[in-house]
Amino acid sequence: MAKRVGMEVAIAAAEAVGMCNIDMAAVYPITPQSHIAEHLSEIVADGRIDAEFVTVESEHSAISCVTGASATGARVYTATSSQGLMLMHEILPIVSAMRLPVVMGIANRAVSGPLNILNDHSDIMPQRDNGWIVIFSENGQEAVDLTIQSFKIAEHPDVMLPCCVNIDGFQLTHMVEPIEFPDQKQVNKFLPPRKPYATLHPDKPASMGTFAMSDIFHEVMKAKDEALKDSKKTILKVWAEWEKMFGRRYRPVETYLADDADVLLLTMGSMGETAEIAINELREKGVAAGLVKIRLWRPFPFDELKQAVKKAGILVVTDRAVSFGGPGGPVAGEVKAALYDEKKRPLIYNQIIGLGGRDMAVSDFVKMVEDAVKAGAKGITKDYEFYGVRG
Amino acid sequence: MIEIRWHGRGGQGAVTSVEMLALAAIEEGKYAQGFPSFGPERRGAPVAAFNRVDDKQIKVRSGIYEPDVVVVLDPSLVALVNVTEGLKENGILIVNTVLSPDEIRTRTKFKGTIATVDATKIARQELGVPITNTTMLGAVVKAASPVKVESLNAPLKERFGRLAPRNMKALKRAYDELHLSTAA
Repeated sequence: MAKRVGMEVAIAAAEAVGMCNIDMAAVYPITPQSHIAEHLSEIVADGRIDAEFVTVESEHSAISCVTGASATGARVYTATSSQGLMLMHEILPIVSAMRLPVVMGIANRAVSGPLNILNDHSDIMPQRDNGWIVIFSENGQEAVDLTIQSFKIAEHPDVMLPCCVNIDGFQLTHMVEPIEFPDQKQVNKFLPPRKPYATLHPDKPASMGTFAMSDIFHEVMKAKDEALKDSKKTILKVWAEWEKMFGRRYRPVETYLADDADVLLLTMGSMGETAEIAINELREKGVAAGLVKIRLWRPFPFDELKQAVKKAGILVVTDRAVSFGGPGGPVAGEVKAALYDEKKRPLIYNQIIGLGGRDMAVSDFVKMVEDAVKAGAKGITKDYEFYGVRG
Repeated sequence: MIEIRWHGRGGQGAVTSVEMLALAAIEEGKYAQGFPSFGPERRGAPVAAFNRVDDKQIKVRSGIYEPDVVVVLDPSLVALVNVTEGLKENGILIVNTVLSPDEIRTRTKFKGTIATVDATKIARQELGVPITNTTMLGAVVKAASPVKVESLNAPLKERFGRLAPRNMKALKRAYDELHLSTAA
């Protein structure tokens, strides 16, 4: 086993990108992603890797720039956060329609307004339907592993789709913690050079991302949906290969003490670890509680989720974003939709938590589960709640 | 697990302190976290930073509300900030000050262990600047033993390069010159 080294997670994410033999990166700095941009540009400037770091004037340019470079066959990376991701929004569905394996790190941060720079998932949620593979990390180790894996997944000939790795801003990006880096030679073996399906080259003119009217557009969208759904098979294969080579296991839906649980808590992202401690405390109190953690947000892991919650009577779904005027949080909306056709469904309580960096202690998760158990016993259901909201 | 809260002012290097301490602990094969109080920080304004150190993997990622140890880098903060807020009754309060532990006890009413050291003087003499973040690491190691002194060598060298030996000397002086008053 490799030695654990202490490192800030944003720096570690940039180091991981540096291990992936990238050809170019274009990253526009924005808090709390900036340390990724700064450190990756240092890695390039110091000559540690043979790559181009393009300084751009905005996130719109960053994503456009890596898209163009990816079309030439290059292995590319970008990263952003919050408003930067909102500015990229216009380009994101184009990248997936062009089937380009762009890899992006997202240091999740609340979107304005009011202006707030802290962590929640309101930046990634509006990007849900853009045809990207969307993965969440829970700690620094996962941020490193998933970043490396993403290139292999995205570039796989059965996939050819962009992939983003969500790394909770501050909660993860600004945390110094122990991380085990894989061996560079092993990474080279795991991740051979990209073999693009088609490339742009002046000597061999081709068109990409062209016009599609009503005679074909419908089919292109269907193809994109199929490609994204199908990508799960490759994701599972890549994760199995990673486990074999590096010993760490990744699954679309992770569970913790969930098999015999009557009540389940569901999280996505860095709060899953704190929630684990809450589950331990609940178990000590005699509550048969368990935890379900969604790692793969797109393609949505329907089968794995159904399997994970099939025995539970109560499911507390936490959301780090709001679908204003809608069904509550986007995760709960998806979970409910996924379970609609199931014969046995748990009572679902949706808690919107931790917006704009509002801290969640172990005791908060304990309370949420205990409240749901009480409400469940009385058969009380609610659409959704803003946990701990004042006034 | 030991949880530490550092109080300083923006620019005094509290974030560097927590990073050095976390790196030293991880170097020892322990698990550790080092993180700032998240958000915008302004030079001179009171800030906090945090450490967790444990022998096993640390899962909790929420803020630290009931620390075992509180470290105060700037003497003026004792009067400005409630530095003992949430500090465990049997915890340790470590202050950079010319005052004695008993005087700090009178001012803070804290009943646990109190340690003081004139880190500003040491930093001025050894580093030529009144920046006490590395100096106070020595006080923390002496009073709370989250890591060994030697384990700080590598992280300090990595961060400060040729200035590392002077920082290490200041750190060791704080270790030696610390005044300790155990629980009242």
